[in-house]
Amino acid sequence: MRHRFDATTAWCITALGALLTLTGCASAPTRSAATKSAVTQPAAPSTATPFPSTYVSPDSAPTLIRGATVLTGTGERRDNTDVALRGGKIVAIGKDLVADAGARVIDARGKWVTPGLIDVHSHLGVYPSPGVQAHEDGNEATAPSTANVWAEHSIWPQDPGFGTALEGGVTTLQILPGSANLIGGRSVVVKNVHSTTYQGMKFPGAPQGVKMACGENPKRVYGSRRLAPSTRMGNVAGWRAQWIEAQDYVREQDAYRAKVAAGAKDAKPPKRDLRLETLAGVLRGELRVHHHCYRADEMATVLDVAREFGYKVTAFHHAVEAYKISNLLADNGVCAAIWADWWAFKMESYDGIPENLALVDAAPGGCAIVHSDSEEGIQRLNQEAAKGMAYGARMGRAIAPEHAILWLTANPAKSLGIEARTGTLEVGKMADVVVWNGNPFSVRALAEQVFIDGAVRFDRGAPRAQPESDFLLGQPATMGVTP
Amino acid sequence: MITRRFTTLASIAMLALPISVATAENASTALLVRGATVYTLTGNDAAPLADTDVLVQDGRIAAVGRKLPAPAGARIVEARGKPLTPGLFGGLGRIGIEEIGLEPTTGDYAQRLNQMRPEFDVTLAYNPESMALPVHRSNGITFAVIAPSTTTGSSIVAGLGAAIGLDGTAPANARALFVDLGANSNSLAGGSRAAQFMLLRQAVTEARAPNLVMVHDDRLLTPSGRQTLLDFLKGAGPFVFDVDRAADIRQTIAFAQRENVRAIIRGGAEAWRVAAELAAAKIPVLVDPLQNLPSNFDAIGATLENAARLRAAGVTVAFSMRSPDVYDAGKLRQAAGNAVAHGLPWAAGLAAITRTPAELFGVADRYGSIEKGRVADLVLWNGDPLDVSSLPELVVAGGREQSLASRHTALRDRYYERLQRNAAR
Repeated sequence: MRHRFDATTAWCITALGALLTLTGCASAPTRSAATKSAVTQPAAPSTATPFPSTYVSPDSAPTLIRGATVLTGTGERRDNTDVALRGGKIVAIGKDLVADAGARVIDARGKWVTPGLIDVHSHLGVYPSPGVQAHEDGNEATAPSTANVWAEHSIWPQDPGFGTALEGGVTTLQILPGSANLIGGRSVVVKNVHSTTYQGMKFPGAPQGVKMACGENPKRVYGSRRLAPSTRMGNVAGWRAQWIEAQDYVREQDAYRAKVAAGAKDAKPPKRDLRLETLAGVLRGELRVHHHCYRADEMATVLDVAREFGYKVTAFHHAVEAYKISNLLADNGVCAAIWADWWAFKMESYDGIPENLALVDAAPGGCAIVHSDSEEGIQRLNQEAAKGMAYGARMGRAIAPEHAILWLTANPAKSLGIEARTGTLEVGKMADVVVWNGNPFSVRALAEQVFIDGAVRFDRGAPRAQPESDFLLGQPATMGVTP
Repeated sequence: MITRRFTTLASIAMLALPISVATAENASTALLVRGATVYTLTGNDAAPLADTDVLVQDGRIAAVGRKLPAPAGARIVEARGKPLTPGLFGGLGRIGIEEIGLEPTTGDYAQRLNQMRPEFDVTLAYNPESMALPVHRSNGITFAVIAPSTTTGSSIVAGLGAAIGLDGTAPANARALFVDLGANSNSLAGGSRAAQFMLLRQAVTEARAPNLVMVHDDRLLTPSGRQTLLDFLKGAGPFVFDVDRAADIRQTIAFAQRENVRAIIRGGAEAWRVAAELAAAKIPVLVDPLQNLPSNFDAIGATLENAARLRAAGVTVAFSMRSPDVYDAGKLRQAAGNAVAHGLPWAAGLAAITRTPAELFGVADRYGSIEKGRVADLVLWNGDPLDVSSLPELVVAGGREQSLASRHTALRDRYYERLQRNAAR
């Protein structure tokens, strides 16, 4: 059996789950519908894509993982527990499960099992290795708002960093444009599977995000060219100007739709505009805002701007000062996607402290996410979390493994809008699962098997004869290296 | 419980004294660490001393042994079997010579004089009052090397650096000369790595024949630079070559042998490919154990097993993060743990961030091992010192017990208190 995920269906389910309108769902993105809409329908909804996922999970035998310490991602730790995978899904979690006929049985006594890790902030593929000039595809730094660009169109699927992230247990990642711009463009969520095309990695039906940026980067990039923004006040004015345009665009579209609905034959659709389609998608709640923002005061300002224009900020990324406003973030339902211990690499990161994760987490309703923004960090998100736990304990707040795992699984899934499908070990969820050689919150922990939709994508005990990345294939300098 | 925690923190905050005062106060007090698992890093015996006491008196290690009597008035720390190590190495970087990345007024790690200046000595810019010192010290790092960098406007010869102690003492006298080779230095050498070796050779020629008269005086070096380079050619200290590609490492070995100088490879992403040659030439390698991606075309062979393979081939291995960012010094311990997870023996991982770098940079009399008579330099850990889940419980550096407070803990305490009042907003 092959699991072919139908992009249209999956998108509709997700959209309904997020209480979006049936209108959006009805014009869901099949190729024919998209083509048709360009002629006779209003400008395409912001979530329609001409670039549908072609991800197909390969056939996989049923798998029974036996006798592990299981961190479910729902806050539970279940010792000596079995996890059964079949048809790409988690089908059972419990004691003494009976293996399906022909099932692969993994003796996981002494091992730990977690949901596949999810990184909400990666530039793999858009800033790939090797980092040569020709690979600098992450920042369309030609205007402060490039909401028209989509990170997925920059992804080089041969980036060897995908494979090394997989070895670190990462099964899903969001790839974002860089932070040169106030509004950098759309992000994409991918499954960490090797594919010749990025469409073959695309997480079926995952909402897209929009990358925005605060602070030093936009004002440095444009200020150095004597363009706006060159100050933080310029940043805020820049965002607001964009949202004002977007509001007009939404009004034009709504007016057109109303005319069509009223049966007007001569209604003329508004001109399509890729930039405004993205911004309108944010205002309509269809696209998620992932906002690069370090300082507490700037995050508070962004929340005011979001309130002014009626959109939601899903997560602040980097957020080294999130701990200063942990209550504010929690009250607004905004996650902080952060490093464990980066600080002072620029002025706005001067106040970064390693208790950031623990403090964000400690606020009632707080949502802490460990993110990487790094091809190295993504390989060991579990170790980043372990650092956060260690500093939490030193502060007097011990954080249990069954809770800390949420920073790497359930919380990022929630921020990406895929929490109904992955991010926890629950019956019916995608079988995105990692078997670790021990407690994952240790420098010694190694992922032994990584399953994505039930298929083994990495097996430390049975390394591939060849690297998956074409780039590393046949390179004399890797001879003798186990890929 | 939250209220109680707040009280405790508040009292800690009120008791916190300026670090210099707190440490000076403890200078003359005897300190007895009782019942630790002591990793002395002396000799070749990797086995730790179980249930062992270490007595510090007048800033020096007065005794290492079992059941030591406590001098009157000594502060006693019960280790209960926890690991006691020498203070750790922070790698080659910018502690005290850069406060904030991207802010040029706080960064002194490079000169942009458009000239080759081997005499450029970053220790002159060293600021022992950088907030980074207490941060890293409280995390168990007691020594590091401040290293100059190459950048646009410098040359492939970055200049001089030296070991520093994180207790704030002056940089060590021993200097090392830093040279960057390979892809990232092409723009500093006319666009070719061949020109890098050409310029290096020319500089050496100038240094060895300082009175050579040239018709057209297009010498690379100033008189002072010629002297500095000559000193190093005569053995004043090691050349630290930042180089990754196997072929470039071979050229570097050839240079070191031809000029008969002490060389250290820094980075060495592909060093494992020339491990036998490095071992034969007795050239140590400062590996970044996390470098496993082909960040450029010099590092196609990068692998997490670099350290383990080098050691197996008989190469001396120490660690330094590739990134010179100040905060990355804190990651070296994690990197060492990862090297162990990928095949390096645990004891070799610890030596690579204690004794070995102390030896390479001429400060082994002061850092990197625990021995009677030495200025005390100790860290007591609440778990495996190579694991990210462990943190220090006690840090002794420069003979003094160090406060575990820093700008980071001050920020933490301020905002944890606000959070507990539901006021972090």
